[in-house]
Formats: sequence, C-alpha cells, structure tokens
Amino acid sequence: MSIALQADNIVKYFLEPEKFQVLKGVSFDVKQGEFLSIVGKSGCGKSTLLYILSTMDTDYEGSLSIKGNKLTGKSQNELARFRNEHLGFVFQFHYLLPEFTALMNVMLPALRLGRYSKEEVEERAIAKLRLVGMDEYAHKHASKLSGGQQQRVAIARALINDPAIIMGDEPTGNLDKANSTRVFDIFRELAQDNQQTIITVTHDMDFANRSDRIIEMQDGLILDIHEPAR
Amino acid sequence: MNWKLSFKIALTHLVTKKKQSMIAMLGVMFGISMFIIMISFMTGVNQFLEDITMDNTPHVRIYKPIEIQDRKIISEQRAPSERDWYVVQHQKPKNDMPRIKNGLQVMASIEDMPEVKGVAPLVASQVFYNNGPVQIPGTINGIDVRKQIAVFGLDTKMDFGKLEDLLKGGDMLVMGKGLAEKMGVSVGDRVSVTTPEGNNLTLKVAGIFSFGIAAMDETRSYATLATVQKILQKDPSYITDINIKMKDVNAASVFRKKLENQIPGVYVEDWETANASILAGDKIRNILTAVVCITLLTVAGFGIYNIMNMNIINKMKDIAILKATGFQGGDITGIFLLQSLMIGVAGGVLGLLIGFFFSYLLSKAPFPAASFFRISTFPVNFKLSHYVAGLSFGFLTTLFAGYFPSKKASKIDPVQIIRG
Ligand SMILES: Nc1ncnc2c1ncn2[C@@H]1O[C@H](COP(=O)(O)OP(=O)(O)O)[C@@H](O)[C@H]1O
Ligand SMILES: [Mg+2]
Repeated sequence: MSIALQADNIVKYFLEPEKFQVLKGVSFDVKQGEFLSIVGKSGCGKSTLLYILSTMDTDYEGSLSIKGNKLTGKSQNELARFRNEHLGFVFQFHYLLPEFTALMNVMLPALRLGRYSKEEVEERAIAKLRLVGMDEYAHKHASKLSGGQQQRVAIARALINDPAIIMGDEPTGNLDKANSTRVFDIFRELAQDNQQTIITVTHDMDFANRSDRIIEMQDGLILDIHEPAR
Repeated sequence: MNWKLSFKIALTHLVTKKKQSMIAMLGVMFGISMFIIMISFMTGVNQFLEDITMDNTPHVRIYKPIEIQDRKIISEQRAPSERDWYVVQHQKPKNDMPRIKNGLQVMASIEDMPEVKGVAPLVASQVFYNNGPVQIPGTINGIDVRKQIAVFGLDTKMDFGKLEDLLKGGDMLVMGKGLAEKMGVSVGDRVSVTTPEGNNLTLKVAGIFSFGIAAMDETRSYATLATVQKILQKDPSYITDINIKMKDVNAASVFRKKLENQIPGVYVEDWETANASILAGDKIRNILTAVVCITLLTVAGFGIYNIMNMNIINKMKDIAILKATGFQGGDITGIFLLQSLMIGVAGGVLGLLIGFFFSYLLSKAPFPAASFFRISTFPVNFKLSHYVAGLSFGFLTTLFAGYFPSKKASKIDPVQIIRG
C-alpha cells in the first residue's frame, strides 16, 4: 500500500511566553486507507502536531510529505490549494461560519475548488450532511445549531471534496456516545471503502482501540506506535 | 480566484451586519451627495457670473487712457543743453481727449480680421443725471444700436421699452433699472444730463434695462453715438472705445497682443485682465468645492477604513476557517475588498440620487437676491460628468479605504486563531 503521509523528525518550538520545545522530533508514516489515532495526555503536543500535518502551521523543523508531495517550504497559497483539494479537517472547537447555513458551510470548500457545478456541489453537500445525520438541518443557520450538531456539520464539510486525508482534532469530543459511534463508523467506512486516510487525535480510548493503529505521545515525543489491543 | 464565490460571501457578511454596513454606506452617500450638490451649485454660480459678465464685457476692448506723460512739454520747446535745468512741480495731464485716432477706420479694419466675430464702437462719457437739485454721477454710452444688438445682444437686457426706439431720432436714452429708480423716472419721462464740461441736454427715457449687475444698472445709460457726440459737442468721428467680440473667447489675449503692435497710442485690454477679480472668484469657488469634497470623501473613507478594520477583527475566526478549508490570501482580500466596494457603489449611487434630488430642489428654489441679479432661482448646473466623477470618487475612496484592511485580512495566520 502507498504512503499517504510521511512526517520526518518534526520539531516545533513555541517562542511565547518563553522558548519551549513542544515537539522534539516526531517521525512516522501513514498508509493510504489507514485509520490512525493519536493519543496522549493533555498538553503533550497532539494538536500542535496535527496543525503541522494539516499544513496550516508552517513554522517547524523537519519535513512533511503527503501523497509523495513534499509540502515543507511551500507557499501559503500553494498549501491552501493543496488543503482545499486533498485535506479535510475537523477542528477541536467545531468552527463553522455563523452567518451561513449548514449547507452553505459544507458547500464553500467545494465551490472554492470548482470541480463541480453549483447544483452538483449542493447535491453532494446534502449527501454528506445525510451521512452525518444532519440533512434535515441543512437550511438552518450554523449559529442556531447545538455544539454537537455543529461538530457533525463540520465533519460533513471535511468530507465534501473527497479528500485523500481527513484529520480530526477530538472530532467526537462534543458528541454523545451514539453520535460518536456514528462518526466512528463513517470514518471506518471512508477508510475501508474509499481508501481515504483518517488521522484523529482523541482521548477516547474506545475510539482509538477500534482504529487501525495508535500513536502514543508523551512530552512532544512518540512513546509508542502499536496496533490496538483487541 | 473565484469572484462569484467571494462576492457571495461578501454579500452575506454585509447582510448579516446590516447596521454596520448601513453606517458605512451612509458615510459614502453623504460625501457623494454633498459633492454633487456643491459642485452643481458652485459651477452653476460660476457659469452664471461668467455669463452675465461675458454678456457685457467685450472680449477685447480698445480705449485711450489719459495719462500723465513723462516727457515734459517744456523740454520739447528747446534743445536741451547740459546747463539747463527744468523743475516741473505738480504736473497736470495734457488737455487730451480720450479719442481714438481714426477710430472708425480702425474699427473697420478690425472688423475684417478673421478672428473677430463683431465690433461695436462706443462714445463713453462721465455725466451727471440731474434729479431736481440732486446730481447723480454716472456714465452715458453712445452706441451704434444695430451693432450693439448684433454683438452684445443689448436688446435682450431691456425690461421696458425697446432699444430700437433710439433709432427713431430725437434725443433719447435708455437707462439702467437702478438709475431709473434713483431718479424716479419711467419710460416716457425726461431727464437732464450734464457733462463735466458743463454741457447740458434733456433726453427722453425710451427704455429701461437691467444687466443684473448693480454697478452697471445704477450708473449707466445708453444713447446713440450721435446723441452722445452732440452732448459732448464732438464731431461724428469721435469715439472713445472699440469693443470686440472674438469667435474664440480663449484667443482674446493673443489677439490683444497683436492689436497692441498694430495700433499705436491706444490701450488694448482683454476680458481676462478686465475680469481678473471674477476669474479669481471662480478659482476660489473651485478650490473651495474641491477642498470640501475631498474632506467629505476622506472622512467617509476613514469611516469605511475603521468599519472594515473592525469587521475584520470580528471575522478573524471566519477568515481562519476559510483559509483552513482552502481559501487563499487573494480570496480573502477579494471578499473584504468586495464588501468595501459594494458599500462604495451603493453609497455612491444613493449619493448621486440624493445629490440630484437636492440640487434639483435648489434649482427650483427662489433666489433671495433675485431683484439684484437677473435670475429668479438658484443657478445650478446639471452635468453628467459631475455624476460620473462622483461615482468614481466614491469607488476609488472605498477601494483605497478597503484595500489595507483587506490586505491585512489576507495575512491572518489561521493556526493562531484556531489554536485559540
Ligand atoms: N500558542 C501557543 N503558545 C505557546 N504555547 C502553546 C501554544 N499552544 C499550545 N501551547 C503549549 O504547547 C503544549 C502542547 O499543546 P497542544 O498541542 O495543544 O496539546 P494537546 O493537544 O496534546 O493537549 C502545551 O503545553 C501548551 O500549553
Ligand atoms: Mg489538543
């Protein structure tokens, strides 16, 4: 199987309030179609790592390649285009655009990509919303949705461009058990049937244990990479 | 970059922040409408003043000034030798007449020049109008009635009577409205006129005119050349002024120089020199208009700048999301620049409408000094170019005011916001 993402010796410092090494050399590969979980204590650098993997944070040492493209050193605009086409991201704090409807939130990245016509994009967006059980809220304004509902719309948005890799920072953090299971099943299906790669940060050990592989982090280092104990 | 999408997002932002957008738009609207009102009125005033003065001023005027000559007459009598000293104290001007030598021939030759549209002769003299024991100083102008009508359209300035009646002969004059009021005379009455030399003549008032310029209407009267020559006891070739209308107004000063070289012993003046104070007034009004408009637009521009900056601070999270999901710097600049421009265009168009509305009202409002000037309502100019300029100013101001905040927005680093 081909390598979807390769992180090589990622080192990251925060300079404020004082110089502090968050990531101390993180290296790992993720295969295409793999469902990977990153776990570790709060503050060990999981989110920081994920922002680097998502190409949004470019201020790091080491190198990052996705689908054979070396992304380290590319311009912000090139990275934005790359994210638009190849990456889906679910943030820790379910960020939607409050002045748009749920549907429009899901449609925006696809309209930006411009691969499909507006009608097709709308159809696809409805389908993604249906996948996360939010289709009946499609025309509601994002600001009128509950936290869990917003989280699910955000997941639909991450899926809209059929990205090669979907990253989630505690994507089920705001969801109850039933919805959490539902999101897990969606991810599982995307990995198995569509060969999309999933990388999620989570502290839900149930969730992690049902993924393909677990990276355990501690103090900015990888403590262990292993298959879940079943 | 996807303009349609940026436009959609920009519009959504504007609509969800109605109050803020309205305030920004009102600023532009106010600026542009003031611009339209100011410029329509100011150019209207300029045009009006130019019209009334240009109606009455010749483009080029030839006259003979009476000056003290530097050359001492006494020195002309004898050949000066080194031992001679002449001290002349309090020299008086020679008893010279303001006559233009061979005036009528000079006039005829000027009339044939290709630059010239028309020429009219004048015999001007200071006179006293006798109103019982009171003497009112003024001037009387002897004119060639037909030429004066053809070249200066004097007949259009008549309030009562007809200018052509002067041609019927007999000692008649037409006088300014203000002068007639001072004298308490109306058409058909007789007035007595005294020249500085003491000649006296009684003339019948054939008509009353008004130029709309008090200085003229309160002092001036017109009669035929022959009548004034008679009062002054001069021969029929005596004229003091030659007034010229040009085909091209702007060629006047060049033409003046030409005449100065050709005709010796006279003084040639063009309208720009004669009306220097009015032209200066024009300039001052234009500068005033420009200053007020630039100020208003700058204030509106700063308003937009502030509102856009605030807007961007409020929308940090949105910008971060858009960037995280693949929107590029240029898309973000576009979104916010479009918001600014929509405010500018909407405010601009509304400003034009309101500006038009108020300048229209003004153009229908009675002018307070209507008896003084020959107009009944405020002078207002309606020119398409002003409206085009207004809209472009609004557009440019908002483009400029929106550019820097939009550029700033495009530089926002999404991780910093999303990390919290
Ligand atoms: N913007 C920041 N500036 C400075 N320190 C930060 C910043 N963001 C996170 N940190 C620190 O970096 C460490 C790792 O943070 P994070 O990656 O969010 O941890 P996790 O997601 O594993 O809980 C923490 O100690 C946190 O306090
Ligand atoms: Mg975290």
